[in-house]
Amino acid sequence: MSGFLAQHGSEIAELTLEHLWLTAASVLLAAGIGIPTGIWLTRHRRWAQPVLGVVNVIQTIPSLALFGFLLPLPWLGERAARIAITALTAYSLLPIVRNTYEGIHGVDPTLIEVSTALGMTGWQRLRKVELPLAAGFILAGLRTATVLSVGIATIAAAIGAGGLGELIFRGVASVDNRLVLAGAIPAALLALVADGLLGWMEGRLRARRAAP
Amino acid sequence: MARLSAPGNERAIFFDQVALRTPDGRPILENIQLEIPRGTVTALLGRSGSGKTTLLRMVNRMAEPTSGQVIVGGRATTAWDPIALRRSIGYVIQETGLFPHFDVERNMGMVPEVAGRPKPEIAARVRQLFTLVGLEQELFGHRMPYQLSGGQRQRVGLARALAAEPEVLLMDEPFGALDPLSRAEMQDMLRDLLGRLHKTVLLVTHDLDEALYLASRIVFLEAGKIVAVLPAEEVLRSKIPAVESYVRAVRRGEPRTAKDSSASPALPESR
Repeated sequence: MSGFLAQHGSEIAELTLEHLWLTAASVLLAAGIGIPTGIWLTRHRRWAQPVLGVVNVIQTIPSLALFGFLLPLPWLGERAARIAITALTAYSLLPIVRNTYEGIHGVDPTLIEVSTALGMTGWQRLRKVELPLAAGFILAGLRTATVLSVGIATIAAAIGAGGLGELIFRGVASVDNRLVLAGAIPAALLALVADGLLGWMEGRLRARRAAP
Repeated sequence: MARLSAPGNERAIFFDQVALRTPDGRPILENIQLEIPRGTVTALLGRSGSGKTTLLRMVNRMAEPTSGQVIVGGRATTAWDPIALRRSIGYVIQETGLFPHFDVERNMGMVPEVAGRPKPEIAARVRQLFTLVGLEQELFGHRMPYQLSGGQRQRVGLARALAAEPEVLLMDEPFGALDPLSRAEMQDMLRDLLGRLHKTVLLVTHDLDEALYLASRIVFLEAGKIVAVLPAEEVLRSKIPAVESYVRAVRRGEPRTAKDSSASPALPESR
């Protein structure tokens, strides 16, 4: 076992970093697109169902197929990492958009009314009332998206985008369970750590405004 | 910040032929003609659904009439910038609507904060507000709303409404959610406060005693129409049917005259 680690240790570390980069880049990108979209939807309610429907449908496309669809596209198709990040971003959108929309939508209507009556502008209401009160919800969406992405990113190795999936695929091909585990265990740990970290932040946010 | 007062203008609020209909034509308010003199406390009294809250919300343009206009500080509400109008009017509601994620101080100073007043000015004003509504700043300043009792929350809500020194104060069933003792305590506090501050107050309530205790003038609303406008001291001896029935309904245990308590179902004389 120690021989195995000595032989593959640096590779595991490298692929873990690569995996982390793929996941983090796509979740951040999805947050950059998804949070404003969710906010926009709360201001344009009639678009909520169609838009949520579309991101929902994206979620149902099998990941391997989505990687395949993106492969022939110009610029994107040139680099495997670009394809992987695009696909992972698309998958992360649903929980982020939905939770942002529902988090803001779920803010007590009395508070929205009061915000307006106190003379807040729409922007002030968003920044001082809606976003802080929906923050726990939005963070929960980010958390779901992150855990989801860590898992799906392993499949990105199938198109040569790297990440821990590379070890898993190689292990499967050469019937070497140690290689499979060398990919699977760090991926699982990444998911657990991300989940724990975001869960802790979420808990702190809730504790601050505390019980009803 | 825009002021509501214009010299020589003795009416703070004027509802001029105000009506509101739903898109399908159902009337919410009809033919409302009402002046609110500056510095007076007026109660809008009526049962649920009589349109009193809607009428109140028209003053800070949270609602707009479908015909007629509401004049505030000499200008139609539709001619005001709604943000400036709302910042210059105090607003208190039943459940107080305190922001659960801000402490008491931040809640109290919210109107000057959104109006972009400098921090030291807000802090100084907040200090005054604690004294004004009878709360100790050292004790309550950094508490969160959920750590307060109903009465304390209501004090904070009142302080927040007074923060920008508005000339007009709108109160929508401010003490509706309180137990009778806290309610009485708050009414005393408010009466004392209003006696000192000389605000123009519009108070929505369905509680006749509260209206009589706090207001100098009472407007009775029924199904979207004004049925009576009376000085508080005349309410109990009014012969206007709608007023009589309201008084009878809340004072069932204490018949006002021998005639009232008699068994004969004589119709009350209309004026």
